[in-house]
Amino acid sequence: MLLGLPLLSLAIWVPIAAGLAVLATSSDRTADNARWLALIGAALGFVVTLPLYAGFDPQAHGMQFQEAASWIPRFHINYHLGIDGVSLLLILLNSFTTILVVIAGWQVIQTRVSQYMAAFLVLSGVMNGVFSALDGALFYVFFEATLIPMFIIIGVWGGKNRVYAAVKFFLYTLLGSLLTLVALIYLYNAADGSFALLDWYKLHIGMTEQVLVFLALMAAFAVKVPMWPVHTWLPDAHVEAPTGGSVVLAAVMLKLGGYGFIRLSLPIVPDASHALAGFVIALSLIAVVYIGLVALVQTDMKKLIAYSSIAHMGFVTMGVFLFNGMGLEGAVLQMISHGFVSGALFLCVGVLYDRMHTHVLAEFGGVVNTMPVFASFFMLFAMANAGLPGTTGFVGEFLVTLGAMQVNFWYAALAATSLVFGAAYTLWMYKRVVFGAVANDHVAQLRDINLREVLFLALLAAVVLGMGIWPQPMSVVLHTSVNDLLAHVAQSKL
Amino acid sequence: MTMGTTNLAAAAPEIFLLAMVCAILVVDLFLDDERRHWSYGLTLLALAGTALIALSAGPGTRHAFNAMFVDDAMARVLKVFVCISVAAMLIYGRTYCRERGLFRGELFVLSLTATLGMMVMISASHFLTLYLGLELMSLSLYSMVALSRDSAMATEAAMKYFVLGALASGMLLYGLSMIYGATGGHGGPPTLQIAEVAARVLSNQANQTLLIFGLVFVVAGVGFKLGAVPFHMWVPDVYQGAPTAITLLIGSAPELAAFAFVLRILVQALGAHPLLIEWQQMLILLAVLSMAVGNVTAIAQSNIKRMLAYSTISHMGFMLLGIVSGSLNGYGAAMFYMVTYVLTVSGAFAMIILLSRGGFEADSLDDFKGLNQRSPWYAFLMLLIMFSLAGVPPVVGFYAKLSVFQAVMAAGMTWLVVVAVLFSLIGAFYYLRVVKLMYFDDPQDSVPLAPTADVRALLTINGVAVLVLGLLPGGLMDLCQRAIQNSL
Repeated sequence: MLLGLPLLSLAIWVPIAAGLAVLATSSDRTADNARWLALIGAALGFVVTLPLYAGFDPQAHGMQFQEAASWIPRFHINYHLGIDGVSLLLILLNSFTTILVVIAGWQVIQTRVSQYMAAFLVLSGVMNGVFSALDGALFYVFFEATLIPMFIIIGVWGGKNRVYAAVKFFLYTLLGSLLTLVALIYLYNAADGSFALLDWYKLHIGMTEQVLVFLALMAAFAVKVPMWPVHTWLPDAHVEAPTGGSVVLAAVMLKLGGYGFIRLSLPIVPDASHALAGFVIALSLIAVVYIGLVALVQTDMKKLIAYSSIAHMGFVTMGVFLFNGMGLEGAVLQMISHGFVSGALFLCVGVLYDRMHTHVLAEFGGVVNTMPVFASFFMLFAMANAGLPGTTGFVGEFLVTLGAMQVNFWYAALAATSLVFGAAYTLWMYKRVVFGAVANDHVAQLRDINLREVLFLALLAAVVLGMGIWPQPMSVVLHTSVNDLLAHVAQSKL
Repeated sequence: MTMGTTNLAAAAPEIFLLAMVCAILVVDLFLDDERRHWSYGLTLLALAGTALIALSAGPGTRHAFNAMFVDDAMARVLKVFVCISVAAMLIYGRTYCRERGLFRGELFVLSLTATLGMMVMISASHFLTLYLGLELMSLSLYSMVALSRDSAMATEAAMKYFVLGALASGMLLYGLSMIYGATGGHGGPPTLQIAEVAARVLSNQANQTLLIFGLVFVVAGVGFKLGAVPFHMWVPDVYQGAPTAITLLIGSAPELAAFAFVLRILVQALGAHPLLIEWQQMLILLAVLSMAVGNVTAIAQSNIKRMLAYSTISHMGFMLLGIVSGSLNGYGAAMFYMVTYVLTVSGAFAMIILLSRGGFEADSLDDFKGLNQRSPWYAFLMLLIMFSLAGVPPVVGFYAKLSVFQAVMAAGMTWLVVVAVLFSLIGAFYYLRVVKLMYFDDPQDSVPLAPTADVRALLTINGVAVLVLGLLPGGLMDLCQRAIQNSL
């Protein structure tokens, strides 16, 4: 542990403390205080996660940076944290995204600024908690606690139909996770009163129980990912959420589901995972193909990107259940890549929305004439979303498709259609918004992006390009974790 | 039984409280309305003293009055919480009662006698003591509901409460008389002493048919007192009709007493094996129905007191799950559930009291609209309370549900947990609606809330406790579990 500091605890509690500080010290009259304080908090939150990467040993097996303390002795629940390569990348993604969100909300949010910033900071800390929890109960508490700030974010700062979207988001995800709670309690009893994930990994349970546990866990994770057919909450939530909400939702929150599959479902019930892999892959392929087609006909930019998210997350769930190194590593890289790309796309839509107050495609056209700088950034992210080689979008999808090819030709063939559909819906959207003649007076009056907007788009562009060209820094920390997980999953626990 | 010596020390808190009631009764006569706060202060003092005396008793179990009265770990914990809860109600309701002319000696004396009744119930180790405490509590509460004489609603509520409560007492007594009869015979004369009844049941000396008949009536009586479906009819009307401060009292401390009541009758006296299965089945039915009816009906309410009434019904269902599990673990979980529920719901009613101004009630859901813009801090506290009732982590309500579910699951009733989980999802909807009103809607009234300093402090402690106990629930869980283990 670097410098002897509890780095994971810092990653969780620094943003939360910063959020509470923002809440406590600022009101709407002193909104600028809230903004700067939030930025400092978010930056600090990111800085404390950097030593995690620096100190991470890519060769080491098992969990690193472990911290353990007794939390609820009566149920042997421990405050037990630890990360492997998968969690490490997601924590970095999350903390980085928080900075972007704070900057993105700088001018747009004018009412209840401190509450807005605080909600995002708290959410960021809580999600770091999910990614580092090694105790089932702790995991669940963090997992569920993400709902409250997001509910508030969508409901308070969202669009016209925000209440419907917020309530739908909350109840949908709560339904899934309550069933998971049943599974967690079952595992607790089965493990003779232990909530430790590492104990659960060693647990031998029968096939029927494994399947039930798998399905109960899947209820939560599939809704979060979201997998077809439980995806319907996501387009609503995205359309109504403020830009920052959409960014965090797409970039980080959806990953909780994929992460859950990797951290809980696979290692705890490997036999059921193997048995039901075909089922999950089928759902994933439906997401890739069918949702890709659905995205094609959207008339609202945010909805289109939301559907595109679902299609891209289909790669994640498929990659996880291929049970080979390329698939799993590709799935994790796809999660990270999708985090940056979809976050960037939502920020781009946000930039347009701030100026035009709409995200209906038909209202746009010829934006390139008035916003050339913006158009080039948007182009890069659209290409990344379509999976262009040289961007992060390519790496994950390519690896998963290769992995699929090893298992079954048709999996790969169907997955590869995404390259077609993805290019079709993204580039068509880009064409309708950016190219052509100036569509109307509103577009004619658009002003190009300001320094603040250049800042966050440039940051993202650097990441999207950099990691697309040189994904090594990401994949190097994954190898051992992925191989260990696959070795563990290969052993039957019946 | 021969533990005959009267050990008054075991009943010291009750004796002190009774003495204080008499003193306040007399003192209040000589005070005019200007100086009414003296009796208010004395009442709080009485509660504080009672709690302290209960706390200061050493560990272990002591009996008094020919083993009709017991002072054990569970009783001490529950009594302290009862005193705190009643005191909180008096503080929350001070301004409210003053504005409505309820700030009179009757309020103080009746709330203290109700407290005394609860404490006797909690400490009962004989069916008669139990009944005595129950009636003392109930009669005080009936008259408190009717305290605002000119309100037709309150009077109607009091009437309903009284008639249905009397019916329930009748059922209970009838059931107890059957049990009394059943315990007679080979083992000796019939008995109502809880430990002796338990011994007769265990040794199979009691007449099983008669016992089971008695049990049915007892469970019905218990169901009435808890407000479990299908014996819940009085709950919404009484909650809505009573002045909010009194609703707060009815909805909080008596639930703790009712918990002790369930535990003493069903677990301590009739908890031996053949009967355990019988009442488990009945309670499963009550629990599932309560969760279903409570949660579904609450959705349709526009009055928040009525909504909380249905919410109480559903929470009684969840609490009963802990009892259903039939294990020490489960009883501890149920006790934790009850204590945290009382904490949470007190805060919720306090918010309703806080919103009402100048003699007008603010008990419709719409009164919560835009609270976040009026008073962000109180909106946040209410948010914590609502999420706790919904059972969403990281607030304390989640751990209450978690521990109850764990106990039920350990008893092998996974399906029951799945049912409970589905109903708690339905329940989440109407708690969310309150949050939605507070945060997403625009206020109808832009005046910020302006509670007095004591209410502000207490409500803050109350709301923050919901969160802090959610982050660190271990201590209270252990306390409840140890109390149960040392008492049963």
